[in-house]
Amino acid sequence: MNKEVLKALERDARTTPEQIATQTGISMEEVEKTIEKAERDRVIVKYKTIVNWERLGEEQVQALIEVKIQPQRNVGFDAIAERIYRFPEVRSVYLVSGTYDLAVFVVGKTMQEAAAFVWQKLATLESVQGTVTHFLLKRYKEDGEILEGGGEKGRRQPLTL
Amino acid sequence: MSPRPGLNSKRARSLISKRVEGISPSGIRKFFDILSTMEGAISLGVGEPDFVTPWHVSEAGIYSIEKGYTMYTSNKGLLELRQELTRYLYTRYGVEYDPETELLVTVGVSEGLDLAMRSIINPKDEVLSPDPTYVSYGPCTVLAEGVFIPIPTTVENDFKVKAADIEKRITPRTKAILLGYPNNPTGAVMERNELAEVAEVARRHDLLVVSDEIYDRLVYGVKHTCFASLPEMKERTVLLGGFSKAYAMTGWRVGYAAARHEIIEAMTKVHQYTMLCAPIVAQMAATEALRAGDAVVKEMVADYDRRRRVMLKGLNDIGLACFEPKGAFYCFPSVKVTGLSSEEFAEQLLVEEKVAVVPGSAFGECGEGYVRCCYATALSDIEEALRRMGRFVERHS
Ligand SMILES: Cc1ncc(COP(=O)(O)O)c(C=O)c1O
Repeated sequence: MNKEVLKALERDARTTPEQIATQTGISMEEVEKTIEKAERDRVIVKYKTIVNWERLGEEQVQALIEVKIQPQRNVGFDAIAERIYRFPEVRSVYLVSGTYDLAVFVVGKTMQEAAAFVWQKLATLESVQGTVTHFLLKRYKEDGEILEGGGEKGRRQPLTL
Repeated sequence: MSPRPGLNSKRARSLISKRVEGISPSGIRKFFDILSTMEGAISLGVGEPDFVTPWHVSEAGIYSIEKGYTMYTSNKGLLELRQELTRYLYTRYGVEYDPETELLVTVGVSEGLDLAMRSIINPKDEVLSPDPTYVSYGPCTVLAEGVFIPIPTTVENDFKVKAADIEKRITPRTKAILLGYPNNPTGAVMERNELAEVAEVARRHDLLVVSDEIYDRLVYGVKHTCFASLPEMKERTVLLGGFSKAYAMTGWRVGYAAARHEIIEAMTKVHQYTMLCAPIVAQMAATEALRAGDAVVKEMVADYDRRRRVMLKGLNDIGLACFEPKGAFYCFPSVKVTGLSSEEFAEQLLVEEKVAVVPGSAFGECGEGYVRCCYATALSDIEEALRRMGRFVERHS
């Protein structure tokens, strides 16, 4: 599978097959075939947009919850991870090394909503031994994109030899 | 007694040295003035990367200031940097330079070029250089009291210089060949065997070669040949290189010269009295750039390559015939279909469509009929500029 095609889409999902063909020198047919196959094989999982909701003044609360788990015989962490990631409020779940086991990202409209999810749904799960909730205060960079500040770039002279 | 008149402008001008008076200012001033007051203009007239310096390199510079590295360095530059340069030139090109005696850290290739010319040229010595040429080569030769002899190159040979054309213009006064490949403004790259023929001419006529390899890393699908790596050429080459383009460090002002120790010693003498040393912060950042390896450079090169393909195809599609540039970050299309001179083309394109390009005539006679378009600019701007240029060409042909 041609990685250049995937990288082009990863940079900008709206790049057309024609543009990709011009940029990479790969034929249009091959670009299209690659994309089709990648979608079919779920190598391309989904096309999404990074939205900076804060810019619109939208209130959205995100929390990182450290979850300590008592692993279960035979299934390890996977079964409990699934119990957790099936909740739609949960945006991401990672198994991590260190002092806790699962890093869970939760979104809610308000802090109460996110917190309620933790007490009512997460903390009450049998194999969950403890949780620590960190509310996100500011997003500086997400998925490789700088969202606020820090991204300022000097301007070049408009003409140089 | 009437008071002495003040120093008026005419008199002041007459005080300027003949040597400097003889040099014409760069031909793009007028475009610059129009462009700087224009809204919504897209400039393909730049000559530098649109990336900012990779963060680990900038951070090394910041760290050096925090640690109080704010003093002069030795005239030749930080030994660590020269050692890294030795390693770089050896591992990349197989050429061995002694960091103690054969390397000099300069304030960019710009200074290196000036030092080289002043160190090797006697009054009236001739310097042969391919035309179109980087704008500094002629003036630096003239300031060193040499005579600049352009060697025509043509699109039929992809703007590569032919050894035979150089040889035809050799006289008893010829001192050096001044090469700049990958080339600004054309984007031309010379293959190893083609450079070997130039080397043969240099050997046969006992000439020095000043090789400006500032774009050594910016090549696409071809390998850069370091001129000094050709057999017996290290001894007659002044190699000039830098960080401006590969590491997006134009504003840091740091580069290097590598040559046999007699020449480096001479250049160091001039450097010592005119520059003292290159800025230490830039030297420390450059050291980090070389130490940290290649991943960031490769990423930037891959990005330029995508834009190169878009611009090349786009120019040919709108009827501005362009040969494939294999290096630097310029396309050099012909504008002859419009019937306009390169300067008229550039001026009218700017006024009518708000796209700035540099007329090829700014780079020598052989640049007439062409314009330089830099693709080190956002893809979306390149695409929009091509649309506007397409409209312009349609109207004018
Ligand atoms: C061919 C060539 N040589 C030298 C330079 C100047 O390089 P530096 O920034 O190292 O002085 C440039 C910059 O545009 C260039 O295009």
